[in-house]
Amino acid sequence: MAKRTRATKSKTQGDDETPIGFKTGDSVALFVTCLVDMFRPSVGFAAVKLVESRGGEVAVPRAQTCCGQPAFNSGDRDTARDIAKQVIAAFERYDHVVVPSGSCGGMIKKHYPELLADDPQWAPRADALSAKTHELVSFLYDVTGMTECHETFEGSVTYHDSCSGLRELAIKRQPRRLLESAGVNIVEMKDSEVCCGFGGTFCVKYPDISNTMVGKKTGNIAATGAGTLLAGDLGCLMNMAGKLRREGIDIEVRHVAEILAGMTDEPPIAGSHEDHDGGL
Amino acid sequence: MSSRDTILATIRRSLDATPGDRTRAATVASRLADAPSGIIPARGQLPDDKRIKLFAKMLEDVSATVERLSDVNDLPGRLAEFLKGHNLPPQIVRGEDEMLSTLPWKNAKTLEVKVGRADGTEMVGLSRAFGGVAETGTLMLASGPANPTSVNFLPEVHVVAIRAEDIAGDYESVFARLRETYGTGNMPRTFNLITGASRSADIEQTLLLGAHGPRRLHVMIVG
Amino acid sequence: MEITSPSFKDNARQAMADADLQRALGNVEKGFIEKRAKVVAKLPEFEDLRDSARDIKNHTLAHLDLYLEHYEKKVTEAGGKVHWAADAEEARKAILDICKSVGAKRVTKGKSMISEEIALNAAMEASGMEVVETDLGEYIIQLRGEHPSHIIAPAVHVNKDQVEADFRRVHSQLPPERNLDAPESLLAEARGILREKFLSADVGITGANFLIAETGTSIIVTNEGNGDLTQILPRIHIVIASLEKIVPTLEDVSQILRVLARSATGQEFSVYTTLSTGPKRAEDPDGPEEYHVVLLDNGRSSMIGTEFQDMLRCIRCGACMNHCPVYHAVGGHAYGWVYPGPMGSVLTPSLIGVEKGGQLPNASTFCGRCESVCPMRIPLPKMMRHWREREFERHLSPSAVRWGLGAWAYAAKRPKFYQLVTRIGALALNLASRNKGALRWWPLAGGWTKYRDLPAPQGKTFQQMWADKQKGARS
Repeated sequence: MAKRTRATKSKTQGDDETPIGFKTGDSVALFVTCLVDMFRPSVGFAAVKLVESRGGEVAVPRAQTCCGQPAFNSGDRDTARDIAKQVIAAFERYDHVVVPSGSCGGMIKKHYPELLADDPQWAPRADALSAKTHELVSFLYDVTGMTECHETFEGSVTYHDSCSGLRELAIKRQPRRLLESAGVNIVEMKDSEVCCGFGGTFCVKYPDISNTMVGKKTGNIAATGAGTLLAGDLGCLMNMAGKLRREGIDIEVRHVAEILAGMTDEPPIAGSHEDHDGGL
Repeated sequence: MSSRDTILATIRRSLDATPGDRTRAATVASRLADAPSGIIPARGQLPDDKRIKLFAKMLEDVSATVERLSDVNDLPGRLAEFLKGHNLPPQIVRGEDEMLSTLPWKNAKTLEVKVGRADGTEMVGLSRAFGGVAETGTLMLASGPANPTSVNFLPEVHVVAIRAEDIAGDYESVFARLRETYGTGNMPRTFNLITGASRSADIEQTLLLGAHGPRRLHVMIVG
Repeated sequence: MEITSPSFKDNARQAMADADLQRALGNVEKGFIEKRAKVVAKLPEFEDLRDSARDIKNHTLAHLDLYLEHYEKKVTEAGGKVHWAADAEEARKAILDICKSVGAKRVTKGKSMISEEIALNAAMEASGMEVVETDLGEYIIQLRGEHPSHIIAPAVHVNKDQVEADFRRVHSQLPPERNLDAPESLLAEARGILREKFLSADVGITGANFLIAETGTSIIVTNEGNGDLTQILPRIHIVIASLEKIVPTLEDVSQILRVLARSATGQEFSVYTTLSTGPKRAEDPDGPEEYHVVLLDNGRSSMIGTEFQDMLRCIRCGACMNHCPVYHAVGGHAYGWVYPGPMGSVLTPSLIGVEKGGQLPNASTFCGRCESVCPMRIPLPKMMRHWREREFERHLSPSAVRWGLGAWAYAAKRPKFYQLVTRIGALALNLASRNKGALRWWPLAGGWTKYRDLPAPQGKTFQQMWADKQKGARS
């Protein structure tokens, strides 16, 4: 396993932020994300467990709903700005903000500063929040220096690189390193960096194209023979899990945090209690 | 207003620029005069021998054939051998290039040499390159009576002679020499950068050689 | 050409149901991506060259008026003529007038997307001229009566068997029993037919990848050599180029050429990069007697200074569409006009209006793969989002979308209310799933459940469970 020093801290493309130090006892606000909040709280609890394992004091601000991306990507900048301000106000008092999603993390980190750039009052606040916001796995690996995962996981997994995490936040090797340290056998799928066709509102606005895209993805997933599909974004995971299930392909789908935190008691995404318990 | 004036006025309005703005004009004038080089890849920046080897290798990577002649006077004989070896008729067309014109063509007795432009009936054209670029194995040919452009494209086989000392590491070095030869801001009518033989991948993305230009490119490095 | 961009969804559905097309599109996904990745990995300076290329174009666009004036001066000095065309009609007229001035009957053409943009072929044919596309891909689609489906591989949607059938249909003067099984034989046949056309053409029209201000030069970049035969053999060479093609110097174009072929076809360098300046000189034994450049604006000058200015850096390499999963799914024709893929999704609304082209910037997941490979670092997803903003401002988005967004925004801005709604929603969906883990159908989620199951929520929301946990910890 390669030794990691501060100097090798992964930086996102075009991002000239200075590394933020992390120390035990730092306050870490969890931005749960709307999908995790409503569909899969267990991912939120896995995130809490992981951050606490690194010595962070986790807080969950009540005044959070969504990062505003649906409005931003639908061209409704005013609503996106209102929500951005709401998030900034609720989260800026903490030392770090952690998001179990590259997409929502990218929204806060990359797009809030862009959205509020012309607002003299809010622009510095957006920049400050951006600098201390991290996607969960990147936070663990790049910021807290976590290199080993002490949980164990039997079986092979394949990992889908969600687009925003990969291209906006340069998340690629971090989850793989941590999974490998837990003894996970990663079988890479063909085109792991190609979009699964979720795209937020895209999948309901262009269901046919989205279906073609996710169909290619599930084909590549199935071809690996892996027992579990992992990714870092619940939107993509629900899309792929929903398609795999519709196609009758029996692969467990989980958020990477669940494996890293050793929290696999809940049935997988789109999996039932009956099947899951029956397997035990 | 003419379309020219309308277009320029729209651009100036979009740029928030005033006609006759001296600062902008000076910026443009100095850029054109200085022609700053940008990033030059390290790949071609090699000592003579290695640079020539890279040039040959890059050409071979694009399906060209390359041979090296220590003496320019061997060119006619070697060319005749090349043609024979590839079952090509002993006939070539070439321009009035000084280097090519002073070669001992009588040494290759069987070779029929037509001097002038190509008309599409010739199988083999011979040109001399103005320069070469090792970075990508690129030949640079200037049009004119010395090397008519039609010779580069109409024959089935294109043979290009180039002096070793004319092979540079990068495009910029040859362009600098071009400015010296033709005067700053001036160009020959056609300046061809040629990197391999004609090809097409328009049918199912399958690469095929000999689309419209020469099917084969043979390069003779002299010296 | 007819604009079908507003029916993008229907076009896409048809394309995805077309087995031949889907087979052909497989070639895009395979070839281009691997080749580009390989050749880029071989050049350590590639990323820096992308920055350099971007900076050159930004500088040029900031001084576009001045570089264009200098360019025109140099073209004139070299004996050529620049024709400024504000729109497609002026460009067509300029070209037709030149052709008529010499009584042109046969015109050969190199590949030019600008020619597609101004619908040149139809206009020339209407004037009684024979127009021959000489790029193999363009020739194939001309025989088929189609338009390009890709900006550098115009016939990428056509399979070999279809080409053979077209050649047999059109080249009826050749023996019907000839063998055309191998792709090589198809190429050889096209070469033979087109060679005659090259030699007998009165006018040759090419596009331009670049125009150089320093020297008044136009540049074409090809692999076949068809553009060269098009421009050196006829009496007249006409270049049709849009005005953002200009770069200051030979050094500048060298920078951009280093990223062009690598991004486009995955070659280190294209086979033929040809710099043309003016007509043939008095002593030249070949080359055209007249050299004309038709410089097209067609709305581009108005893009400067807007959030779409960066699009004018585009060098038409096609890397964005080669890497686009939406393009891979639907192909180029579904986009409904000249420019497909991500670059088309940004450029099309600029050129034909957002009312007609608005579907295109919406049909993206913003996966960002296009921007990650764009040699000119054009922020394509960002500009597609800007189009969505223009649509939203002008109330052009569908009312269902606006209504849904409005309801969602109302809740998202009121955390307490939002948390109540999501608690109810999570519980309702969970109950409806009846412990199966997913739903096959849900009202208003038809777009989702048509093709996939909807994973069921676990039951309670995170906020609810977290609050319970905090309460438990306190008591």
